[in-house]
Amino acid sequence: MSAMIDIAGLSKWYGATQVLKDCSAAIATAEVVVVCGPSGSGKSTLLKCVNGLEPFQQGRISVDGVSVGDPKTNLPRLRARIGMVFQHFELFPHLSVRRNLTLPQIKVLRRSADEANAKALRLLERVGLSAYADKFPGELSGGQQQRVAIARSLAMDPIAMLFDEPTSALDPEMIQEVLDVMVGLARDGMTMIVVTHEMGFARKVAHRVVFMDKGEIVENAPTADFFENPGSERARLFLSKILQH
Amino acid sequence: MFAHFDFGEIVRSLPYLFYTGMTFTLLLTALATFIGIVVGTLLALMRLSGISFLTVPAAAYVNLMRSVPFVLMIFWFYFLVPYIGQWVTFSAQPLQVGAFASSLVTFSLFEAAFFCEIMRAGIQSIPRGQVAAAQALGMTYPMVMGYVVLPQAFRNMVPVLLTQTIVLFQDTSLVYVISVTDFLGAASKVAERDGRLVEMYTFAACVYFVISFAASRAVQVLQRRTAIIR
Repeated sequence: MSAMIDIAGLSKWYGATQVLKDCSAAIATAEVVVVCGPSGSGKSTLLKCVNGLEPFQQGRISVDGVSVGDPKTNLPRLRARIGMVFQHFELFPHLSVRRNLTLPQIKVLRRSADEANAKALRLLERVGLSAYADKFPGELSGGQQQRVAIARSLAMDPIAMLFDEPTSALDPEMIQEVLDVMVGLARDGMTMIVVTHEMGFARKVAHRVVFMDKGEIVENAPTADFFENPGSERARLFLSKILQH
Repeated sequence: MFAHFDFGEIVRSLPYLFYTGMTFTLLLTALATFIGIVVGTLLALMRLSGISFLTVPAAAYVNLMRSVPFVLMIFWFYFLVPYIGQWVTFSAQPLQVGAFASSLVTFSLFEAAFFCEIMRAGIQSIPRGQVAAAQALGMTYPMVMGYVVLPQAFRNMVPVLLTQTIVLFQDTSLVYVISVTDFLGAASKVAERDGRLVEMYTFAACVYFVISFAASRAVQVLQRRTAIIR
């Protein structure tokens, strides 16, 4: 099976500092990959390269056969097919929850207002927030905002979803409600790359874990192997630090 | 102390003061604000584009406008615009531009420089993540700006934009240099015709004060109403 997302020999520099070093990974359709590693290891940067939010200098990324780095690629069109969820939710605060979900459908996908609205309500129902359609993002808790953000991405019918530390800005009691939605997505066969420190989530749904350190992909192993028998000293050290409790 | 002042004169000239004078003042303020904000926003987008053939002229324009006395601009434009018009339209004579059109062009272009800086600050106040989120949803640059960044920037800046409009409202009185009858011009004509300088100028000052003060209070109310819930 050909990869949905194929990253090959990716390198990126900020000025003279190299932040990604020759990273390669392939993510198959319906595969869930968790990316973890110490802060500053390049996880988020790697994720943002996948939908072209960050440019890169060397290597190649293709999503569903479309090359991200190719100057001829219509990036907005490609991005419309890849969902992304951010650490700080990034809902549009001047628009109601409903409008947050319908605006991109109407403007980017050119759906009719009725169609977009029906889709929005269906997805709000799915994340358990139908009652909040006409609230503004600022009136919702962090966990609720993140669920709305996931629904907003899903409304675009993405072929893959990227999660950039979706729970790290949340209060502990709100993490579970967001993870539950993500587990549901994974079970439904969504292709997902999830940058997170939630190792419980990784164990539960990830097919593979990618471990990064200092801009390199140090480990890329099936979930069970990664937790039980990490191949590198750096991964072992990282796991011992975050799993000791 | 007002015994030998004739305030009745003011009452008799009210229709002229307000119908002729204030109409001009308010129309000029409203149109120049509107055009100024539109042009200023475009200049702000140019300044923030990161493309040097857009940033350099926009920055030069703003700096030029902000370094020249306004009265000089009004005066200079009044005499220059007909010749520019002639040059653009290839006509044989200087183009006939009325005092209203001339002052509207001057005020709009001058205020655009100030509105540009206000909108630039407003755009920069929007977190980068908002742009990233909009892009990640597949929005193109015009969509990102039009639906996500500018509406928020504009709302954040409404109080500053309106405060600048109040300054503009007061500045419209400078059209006296090209002999246009705005509110102050009308008051001044009546004052000199009837020799009632103190009464008329006092009255004019009160009118400017009442309108400006009421407007700035309205801005404060509006600021509370339009604030985005965060």
